[in-house]
Amino acid sequence: MWSSYHDIVLRFYKRMLDKKINHPLHEKKNKVVCFSDTTMEKVQKIIARYPEGRQKSALLPLLHIAQEEFEGYLSVDVMDYIAELLSIQPIEVYEVATFYSQYYLDPVGKNVIEICRTGPCAICGGEKMQEYVEQRLNIKTGETTPDGLFTLKAVECLGACGSAPVMQINTEFHEFLTKEKIDQILDELTLKAKEEKPEKSLWKEKFF
Amino acid sequence: MERKILLKNIAVPGIRTFEVFRSTGGYRSVEKALKTMSPDEVVEEVKKSGLRGRGGAGFPAGMKWSFIDKKSNKPRYLICNADESEPGTFKDRYLMEKIPHLLIEGMICSCYALGAKTGYIYVRGEYKYIIGILNEAIREAYANGFLGNNILGSSYSLDIHVHSGAGAYICGEETAMIESLEGKRGNPRIKPPFPAVVGLYGGPTVVNNVETLANIGFIVNHGGTEYARYGSGKSTGTKLISACGNINNPGVYEIELGLSVRQFLYDEQYCGGIKNSKELKAVIAGGSSVPILPKELILQNATGEERLFTYESLADGGFVSGTMLGSGGFIVYDEDACIVRNTWNLARFYHHESCGQCSPCREGTGWMENVLHRIENGQGRTKDIDLLVSIAAKIEGNTICPLGDAAAWPVASAIRHFRHEFEEHVLHPERCGH
Repeated sequence: MWSSYHDIVLRFYKRMLDKKINHPLHEKKNKVVCFSDTTMEKVQKIIARYPEGRQKSALLPLLHIAQEEFEGYLSVDVMDYIAELLSIQPIEVYEVATFYSQYYLDPVGKNVIEICRTGPCAICGGEKMQEYVEQRLNIKTGETTPDGLFTLKAVECLGACGSAPVMQINTEFHEFLTKEKIDQILDELTLKAKEEKPEKSLWKEKFF
Repeated sequence: MERKILLKNIAVPGIRTFEVFRSTGGYRSVEKALKTMSPDEVVEEVKKSGLRGRGGAGFPAGMKWSFIDKKSNKPRYLICNADESEPGTFKDRYLMEKIPHLLIEGMICSCYALGAKTGYIYVRGEYKYIIGILNEAIREAYANGFLGNNILGSSYSLDIHVHSGAGAYICGEETAMIESLEGKRGNPRIKPPFPAVVGLYGGPTVVNNVETLANIGFIVNHGGTEYARYGSGKSTGTKLISACGNINNPGVYEIELGLSVRQFLYDEQYCGGIKNSKELKAVIAGGSSVPILPKELILQNATGEERLFTYESLADGGFVSGTMLGSGGFIVYDEDACIVRNTWNLARFYHHESCGQCSPCREGTGWMENVLHRIENGQGRTKDIDLLVSIAAKIEGNTICPLGDAAAWPVASAIRHFRHEFEEHVLHPERCGH
């Protein structure tokens, strides 16, 4: 009997070892990341808004800017860079980045569609709109289209219940959604993606 | 007659700019406070006004201010809570978008009253475009000498900064907001000490909602007694109600407290009745956290009296037959709405938003979501309904912050008033069309 128990334990550990631990937080690629000079100027101004020695307060705004500047998501390299910039421990950045839903830890498409799934939107047809976007992009919620143009996410209340159903794309609001409206928005974004410099409202500009 | 305080000038073209706002009498309260009043006199007026916190809890604002620890030698702070994330609530967004200077004006007077040299506006990350609007308004205020060093030649100096959240409902709780502003996870703190004693960076801090602060300008200008003439009884002033759901005219309305719910729901100048001429089924009167009430109990209370928009009238009957004014998120459900599905939806929201600090909330919200999902999907058992009641009761009052209560109330009240619908879902799941 003892040996069989022993076997089970052994098998369990073997399985644990075989399974590659695969989490974005564990993959450091040692890529050099650095804000551009113009962004850095703004970053310094943001840090200056908080009292001396309280530079950690700038973490949330900085993560928004970093996410925007570096490929749309927060990789370990980016988070470590922010930690260094604010003279805090990397873990202090990781724990914040994993807590707030607007920080993405996985690569996302060029346009992130966040569709509201909460009560007031749901009773005004939000669920059907979500289904329609899925169908139209041929992906499930949480996935990215193969061409890397769109990522679809379902989020909690966006605070625009009076114009339900709503979605936010790259933090621009789109309200009173209908199938026709969704078609139009997605078509426009697909067209825009072909342009060299797509118009986007940027965090680093909004902060000033 | 309709009397307005906050949205009186909302239709004036260009009211978002400093120039137009100033020409309508804006920032007069700052001049009055700084030149003719002492900070304590401002606090006194706010106390007299009877203004209650507009974020949801309804705590008297003047009293909250008077708790500030005057013996502390640390800097004091005022934080404006613009993390409006309560489902059904979008009034602060409207106010900040349309008339941002009203908030800045109110904040300057409030900071002066509290002796704060720095104020932060904590805006939820989803309202990115609002951050741009607020920063523009702040820039204009600095340029015109209403912010910065020695405001209007007085010895008082003040800086106001905008800070952004990043998508966490819990940061609307004041101590979670302080944590978040310090660059940490939004885990609420254990109280006491209250923020008025130990708050941001350990200094005495007051956290007020956008709408609360927007009222301060009027109170300083006209006096607390004049403000108290608006409203009804202990519910003084006006309130922004954000109406949504199955109604004809969703939107933000400023009402004088004391208006009847029936009038608000059916009058053309407000909600304009139920969409597609359907029947009313239920209303969540103050944001998703407050108990849902069926048609019979929202229009009148259990004793047959007309239900009014006041803190007292909506709470009449306790949680047995009443609800709360809360944040003013008025969600209307028509006869076709499925209460079970809606309750599951809200339970999922609270599960997603629980910060995970206290086990009753972290685990309980998850179990409520699972059990409700099971019922909604036709695999429910009769005893599941009592199980839900029991989980809700075990969360309520057993957590550090009120998110636990906010998660428990919608479930408990939905079962209290619509038990038959839950039973129907368990016994005949095929009958529900949702």
